[in-house]
Amino acid sequence: MFNYTFQWKQAFARLPQMLDGAAVTMQIAILSMVLGILLAITLTMFRLSGSRILSAIARTWVEVARNTPALFQIYMMHFGLGSFGLHLSPFLSILLGITFNNAGYLAENFRGALKAIPETQTRAARSLGFGAAGAFGYVVLPQMLRIAFLPMTNQMVWAILMTSLGVTVGMNADLYGVVQDLNALTFRTFELFALAAVIFYLITKIITIGARLIAARLFRY
Amino acid sequence: MFDTALTTADFIFLAKGAGMTIVVTAISVLIGTVLGVIFGVLRYQLGPIWAAPLIFVLDICRSIPLLIQLVLTNAFLGTILRLNLSGFTVACIVLSMYTAAYCAEIVRGGIEAVPATTRRAARSLGMTWGQDMREIVLPLATRIALPSWIGLALGVMKDSALVYVVQVTELLKSTQILITRLQEPMLLLLICGAFYFVISFPLARFGGYLEKRWSND
Amino acid sequence: MIEIEHVRKSFGQLEVLKGIDLTVEKGEVVTIIGGSGSGKSTLLTCINGLEPIDSGRILIDGTEVHAKSTDLNKLRRKVGIVFQQWNAFPHLTVLDNVTLAPRKVLGMSRAEAEEIAERQLTHVGLGDKLKTFPGRLSGGQQQRMAIARALAMSPEYMLFDEVTSALDPQLVGEVLDTLKMLAQEGMTMICVTHEMSFARDVSNRVAFFHQGVMAEIGSPEQIFGDPQNPETRKFLSSTRQ
Repeated sequence: MFNYTFQWKQAFARLPQMLDGAAVTMQIAILSMVLGILLAITLTMFRLSGSRILSAIARTWVEVARNTPALFQIYMMHFGLGSFGLHLSPFLSILLGITFNNAGYLAENFRGALKAIPETQTRAARSLGFGAAGAFGYVVLPQMLRIAFLPMTNQMVWAILMTSLGVTVGMNADLYGVVQDLNALTFRTFELFALAAVIFYLITKIITIGARLIAARLFRY
Repeated sequence: MFDTALTTADFIFLAKGAGMTIVVTAISVLIGTVLGVIFGVLRYQLGPIWAAPLIFVLDICRSIPLLIQLVLTNAFLGTILRLNLSGFTVACIVLSMYTAAYCAEIVRGGIEAVPATTRRAARSLGMTWGQDMREIVLPLATRIALPSWIGLALGVMKDSALVYVVQVTELLKSTQILITRLQEPMLLLLICGAFYFVISFPLARFGGYLEKRWSND
Repeated sequence: MIEIEHVRKSFGQLEVLKGIDLTVEKGEVVTIIGGSGSGKSTLLTCINGLEPIDSGRILIDGTEVHAKSTDLNKLRRKVGIVFQQWNAFPHLTVLDNVTLAPRKVLGMSRAEAEEIAERQLTHVGLGDKLKTFPGRLSGGQQQRMAIARALAMSPEYMLFDEVTSALDPQLVGEVLDTLKMLAQEGMTMICVTHEMSFARDVSNRVAFFHQGVMAEIGSPEQIFGDPQNPETRKFLSSTRQ
């Protein structure tokens, strides 16, 4: 049918290396999510702090993260910080680039989730003798988590997809980087990248299905 | 701070990159939206079982990195089908499908958000399926879908930064080329980022405004 | 004993409480009636310390609510409040809604808290809904749950802020019956309400609020049978139809 001989065996022979790459991809994605969530919580608190400066910092962060390409943000970490003499390794560039992006999007989600919980919930908790922290921790936070859960899952998927951009700053240990290097050796572009695509697809499916199962257990109301 | 090696020619080079970003985005969003509406209506009409193959293909477009979609399509069309397509064409094909995949979800969401009672009312007045779709569903669904669609179009513009991988020199690639040559990364990146920001920020704000206004009535 | 002395309170330009004086003895049931905007609901949230006051003072068993040294969280354990909007915690089952504060605020064990919660929920007629999420309950059931939730903290005083106003008419009765039961058991209660027959049947005293002032207070027989203040007469005749 095609004037082309597929050589799937060659690609499959490289599967172990690719899976090692997939592990690095997962590592970057998970780290960037953990850091991103912590930063997003900080940014959300900045915005609610009432301080003009903190609020401006948080708003700028959120808007830049949401209104420029992720690749631009990674370049900023790599070349931009480099111009201040801060030369990050490819791993750190991609990790911090994705973290920056995650934090911006998640902060906006968290703010929306917080706004969706009526003030009366806090009031009800306070009237039962809870302090401000108790009311937030036992009543507001669990409800926020439910609202923010799906956006967090989506962001995790994006974080995985974004790891492929590491190659632009010299990252070659992640799945995309590994495949790119193998491609330079073997020139079996289609077979190699098709296999990588399948791996990416399976990873994202496992995450979305896993998240759905967790959500079903966690949020039964 | 204006002590820079940046020449007029470099600015023209950047402007050309920016133009490429806009052209690729505009073509892809246009084709992608048309396809997305078709896919979205099909997806809705056929139901989850008959539309399964379509759902699967669209899901793939959202589940693997755009970079890989570009490389794979390029390899498939070029090396395997031996079509002599320009990188620009490949970029537009891939980004159009990418847009369509997300757009189909938005369209389906919009249609599903039109209350069944409203549609039954329309049909009970003797409207045909086509009339119901055109007169009732389309205007209502558009309201629901438009803010998300604006977000999608802006997303495609930002993601178009990846078409460098099929040798299309858009804005970010132009910037990177100049960074390598001039060694002035911060200034160049700020110019490049500002361009995206100036387009994306107000439109995103406008989308948010529409969403808020329309959700209130 | 709850002592309210010369309490004033404004929201911006609007003065909603213009010097309220009221003393509620242990075991008394006082209902507050009056038109909307009369300040009656604001007074309740002030008693509970949820709203600050501008001047005057409120004492609960001798403790000044708005004094800086007062631990409000501790004080609120003594004074339960139920709102017009019942504010069920949607992420918790009915049982967990009621046990949350006893466990986390009072530090009770789960078993201990559940025993109390089950007793209170059975008391308000929700003994069969323990594992249900509030979203599955009717408004009346959610409101009764909110009452049980407040009672589980073993408060000495209960404040009810128009607890039937947001309910469908057919659900009002079940909540009022719960309040009547509490009153008969000797709970000290202040109820802001629009239900005149409830005010007449249950209260020891009825207070009529008008534009931030307590225009009249007296026994239900006197207020409903022989109102002295012209505003009270106007209000009562308007609600009778």
